[in-house]
Amino acid sequence: MYRIVKKRTLTPNTKLFEVEAPIIAKKAKPGQFVILRIHERGERIPITLAGNDPEKGTVTIVLAEVGKSSKQIGNLEEGDEILDFLGPLGNPLKVENYGTVLSVGGGVFVGALLYQIKALKEAGNKVVAVVGARNREQLILVDEVGAEADELYVTTDDGTLDLKGLDFIEGLLEERKFDHVFTIGPTVMQRNVSEMTRKYGLPTTVNLFPIMVDGMGMCGACRVTVGGETKFACVDGPDFDGHKVDFDELTSRMRVYTTQEKISMVLHDKVV
Amino acid sequence: MAARKPQVEMPKQAPEDRIHNFEEVAKGYTEEMAVEEALRCLTCPNPQCVKGCPVDIDIPAFIALIKEKRFGEAIEKVKEKNALPAICGRVCPQENQCQKFCVLGIRWEPVAIGRLERFVADWELENGVEASSKSGHTGRRVAVVGSGPAGLTVAAELAKLGHEVEIFEALHTAGGVLMYGIPQFRLPKEIVQAEVEYVRKLGVKIRLDSMIGKLYTISELFTDGFDAVFIGSGAGLPNFLGLPGENLSGIYSANEFLIRTNLMKAYRFPEYDTPINVGRVVAVIGGGNVAMDSARSALRLGAEKVYIVYRRGREELPARLEEVENAEEEGIEFLFLNNPVRFIGDEHNQVKQMEVIRMELGEPDQSGRRRPIPMEGSEYRIEVDNVVIAIGQTPNPIIQMTTPGLKTTRWNTITVDEETMRTSLEGVYAGGDVVSGAATVISAMGAGKIAAKAIHEYIMNKKK
Repeated sequence: MYRIVKKRTLTPNTKLFEVEAPIIAKKAKPGQFVILRIHERGERIPITLAGNDPEKGTVTIVLAEVGKSSKQIGNLEEGDEILDFLGPLGNPLKVENYGTVLSVGGGVFVGALLYQIKALKEAGNKVVAVVGARNREQLILVDEVGAEADELYVTTDDGTLDLKGLDFIEGLLEERKFDHVFTIGPTVMQRNVSEMTRKYGLPTTVNLFPIMVDGMGMCGACRVTVGGETKFACVDGPDFDGHKVDFDELTSRMRVYTTQEKISMVLHDKVV
Repeated sequence: MAARKPQVEMPKQAPEDRIHNFEEVAKGYTEEMAVEEALRCLTCPNPQCVKGCPVDIDIPAFIALIKEKRFGEAIEKVKEKNALPAICGRVCPQENQCQKFCVLGIRWEPVAIGRLERFVADWELENGVEASSKSGHTGRRVAVVGSGPAGLTVAAELAKLGHEVEIFEALHTAGGVLMYGIPQFRLPKEIVQAEVEYVRKLGVKIRLDSMIGKLYTISELFTDGFDAVFIGSGAGLPNFLGLPGENLSGIYSANEFLIRTNLMKAYRFPEYDTPINVGRVVAVIGGGNVAMDSARSALRLGAEKVYIVYRRGREELPARLEEVENAEEEGIEFLFLNNPVRFIGDEHNQVKQMEVIRMELGEPDQSGRRRPIPMEGSEYRIEVDNVVIAIGQTPNPIIQMTTPGLKTTRWNTITVDEETMRTSLEGVYAGGDVVSGAATVISAMGAGKIAAKAIHEYIMNKKK
């Protein structure tokens, strides 16, 4: 069992947890993920890591309550225990001194973005960060990212702040010189960022989270086409060259269980 | 003479009933049936059957005890050599092993050794399992990677010899392929867990959610004080066909299809959280036991029509005959001498058709089976809602990638000395599918026994 030592409510439906997992905490690196399960009938849920503290023996995860399982996790409190917590899975982000990097993160993945930015800064990069969410209320960890990054842009889909959407990134790419772009967040956002950087030939690393079951190379549910080849996000990724990913295929594969997710959600809400 | 009588049939659920449930198909012998079948055994002074058993069970001895209704002693006799008899009694291909050598088989039917093994194992599970822990008294520690048939066997053998054994299992449940791969209706998961429990009672510690290569490397296990390591990580990486359209939604690897169904119990969704999609028509590609398991699972998950698409003929099917017959009885339609060419999707990237080409058999190839050759211009299309690709698995590469100096083949299997199962690294042994490529439960257990013996000798001679 893996104990929750700290819980922070970032927005009404976004929760940050620090979980006691000493060995994972020693090994974890940005870009990697864990798989957890909270009860015997539960599904295996992959979550991208948002931090580790080897001394405290904890790792950080951030999740949005979007379905039955994530709601159940979101309801856990400090001191509660998680039944299964497997990791660290996937390959770490390739961290080196690229020069000036643009790091674009959205939604709940801003936690994972922050973890990446810390490592990129430590490696000597100048980091320009873009943090986004659907609206002002959904923004998370803005101050934390601001404290790490050299520059910060905050944007929302509905334009409740100064910036709206991602179009302004075109301007940044036009005016400034970047050596590498990292993006982590909703698939549509990662896709749009990759499309924008393509015409500048700017290397762009995406972090994909397709549907997974085991997370260790067994099921092949997470297969994505990258540069015409089939790759498993869990063991070959989750980071890939954003210019080579078949996003159409990825997007449709991620919708396979929409109906079942709704059924679970409705049944769950009825009971609660 | 009893020997001339045919084998005592094992009761089975009728096909029309069993296709609607996941309960075990074969129901097992009653005491009377077991004794009647045991009486067919001639108790040969020079038994041939034992030669066909990869774990050397004293078959005539345990059958003789059944004749006298001494079931408790019979199972003890089996367990001297085999820690997982309730599993082996169900999934061993006995027709190619012990029963193949039974002298009765020359003129009549061989003794149903597998059914008798299953009977005594189930008898014990019903009447309470005896096991006592001797582990720990040698002061030697062994790490076992993987809790499938190879790992459980090695662990049980070494615990019986008094060593402290820890199994590292990556999944959330112990049992490996016995839990995630073989379906409930062929091998109930309660039976697997009972056998795992027996191994625990021998003193073996099982650490779940612990993926070697990620959480610890092999060399870190030695740093942590283990004297030897056994790698039994199986063949968990699914092969794909490499055909156009293979990543369309609705196309599963057999691994995914079976993991969702067996390990995650998707057949009980939404009571269990993991879903699975099974439409009206399902095509399973391949001809092995995994293909049979997938097809029969699809039927039970509600498919109206299930095809098995195999590029050779019925004679060449690698699956056990019993499983082929079960599938046929259940109404699975076999498309022999057919091979998929590509998959066609709808506007949502959901598979809707499969293009297939007819094959004919040419000269025998290296495997001794006649080589299938595509018949040009014979392509046609089948309407499908789902496809399950069951064309084999190779070892998961994570341990191989994180263990410098560990010699492997180009198929990513680990190279060992077959006499001892020792790898290229001192103190590191391997066995089961990670060495042989996907094979049977019992061959993995046989390898486990060889490895356990060699590990015992190695650690007892090693200076502390």
